[in-house]
Amino acid sequence: MASELRLSRAGLEAPFARRVEELSGENPYACYQCGKCSAGCPFADHMDALPNQVLRLVQLGDESALSLSAPWVCASCHACGVRCPKGVDIARTMEALRVLALRKGITPAPVRPDRPYPQIALIGAYRKLTP
Amino acid sequence: MKTIAYFPGCALKDQARADETGTLGALARLGYEIREIPRWNCCGTVFSLVQDDLMRHVGPVRNLLRVQAMEEEKVLTLCAMCYGTLARSAHFVEDPERLRRINAFLDPDAYQGGVEVIHLLTLLRDEVGYERLAAETRRPLNGLRVAPYYGCVLLRPRPFAVDDPDSPAAMERVVEALGGTAVPFPERTECCGTHLTVTRKDVVEERVGRILRSARGGGADALVVTCPLCHFNLEERRPAGTPDLPVLYLGQLLAWAMGEDDPGVASLVGRAAVSSEAVR
Ligand code: SF4
Ligand code: SF4
Repeated sequence: MASELRLSRAGLEAPFARRVEELSGENPYACYQCGKCSAGCPFADHMDALPNQVLRLVQLGDESALSLSAPWVCASCHACGVRCPKGVDIARTMEALRVLALRKGITPAPVRPDRPYPQIALIGAYRKLTP
Repeated sequence: MKTIAYFPGCALKDQARADETGTLGALARLGYEIREIPRWNCCGTVFSLVQDDLMRHVGPVRNLLRVQAMEEEKVLTLCAMCYGTLARSAHFVEDPERLRRINAFLDPDAYQGGVEVIHLLTLLRDEVGYERLAAETRRPLNGLRVAPYYGCVLLRPRPFAVDDPDSPAAMERVVEALGGTAVPFPERTECCGTHLTVTRKDVVEERVGRILRSARGGGADALVVTCPLCHFNLEERRPAGTPDLPVLYLGQLLAWAMGEDDPGVASLVGRAAVSSEAVR
């Protein structure tokens, strides 16, 4: 008789990935790296890592994900989330990375608006910058 | 007259003031008595996506509480961003434990839950109906080729989509009901860049260029939008060489068709008509 083969996440999960999961409510290990999110992200061209690569770093527990510009370029448009075959809403993962970075004092370059903007734009932009 | 509670939000009272006047005038013609929420506050514009951030839901829930105090069951928004934050917050506090904790901030009042948040587009589709819209149209669009641009918030994330996120049709149907020709185009559901307009103007310009070229490629003479921030970006963030497509807010198009006199809309429709010569 062949013995039973059991696969489990236990012991393989990085604490950083757990923290991102806790904050985002999205399980990073659900992602199987198909790349559909990145193929459809309207902002991917401006990111230093593609959305699926950001998720891969999180899976690997690599905290360099906190220093990427990608989460700051992400506009929370949820295009990736509605298309992901595994139901990962990456916009939430991106928000968790922004919040974690801010709470650790890693902030993006300061923003100096060059003209008056509508409140709707300013409030949206600055909320993203407050942990 | 049918009463409906109304949450304007900051944009409709300031940079998009013109959108509000015409829309409310058109809704009055359609038999709605608009009840603006007294002492409404900012919805927050973006919905917080992290799990441990209750504080940011207090603002939107306070607005829902005020709708409850008006003894209305529904609240109308004209802005897609307001729709997004309010609808998602209403859903967020369907969980009794979250509701209990948010209500601790609202003490001595308490939100009971159950207020439904709707957007102008869903009001037109589900309550007024396309047939009635067509019947009430006094100044038909005469086949003006209008491209509906949905952007994000009315379609994503999925639980809050007012229509099929991949293939929406509601705005096209409204345009047709008002006598226009709806022009679908590939970029109609792709994000304009939203508040990146403050931090990454370059990125938004690239997006806006693509969206307008895509609409023009489909043969559009004007764009119609549901969000004042999309509206701002699509007008103010055009890179050089972008086609000169006028952008109208959905309520402006409605106001025009219902016969409201709004010089701003008249000039926009005029601009569209010049490029198409469809409106005579
Ligand atoms: S679409 Fe989903 S499963 Fe595919 S790479 Fe992106 S997050 Fe992973
Ligand atoms: S939510 Fe962010 S990562 Fe996802 S498609 Fe939009 S911009 Fe890209």
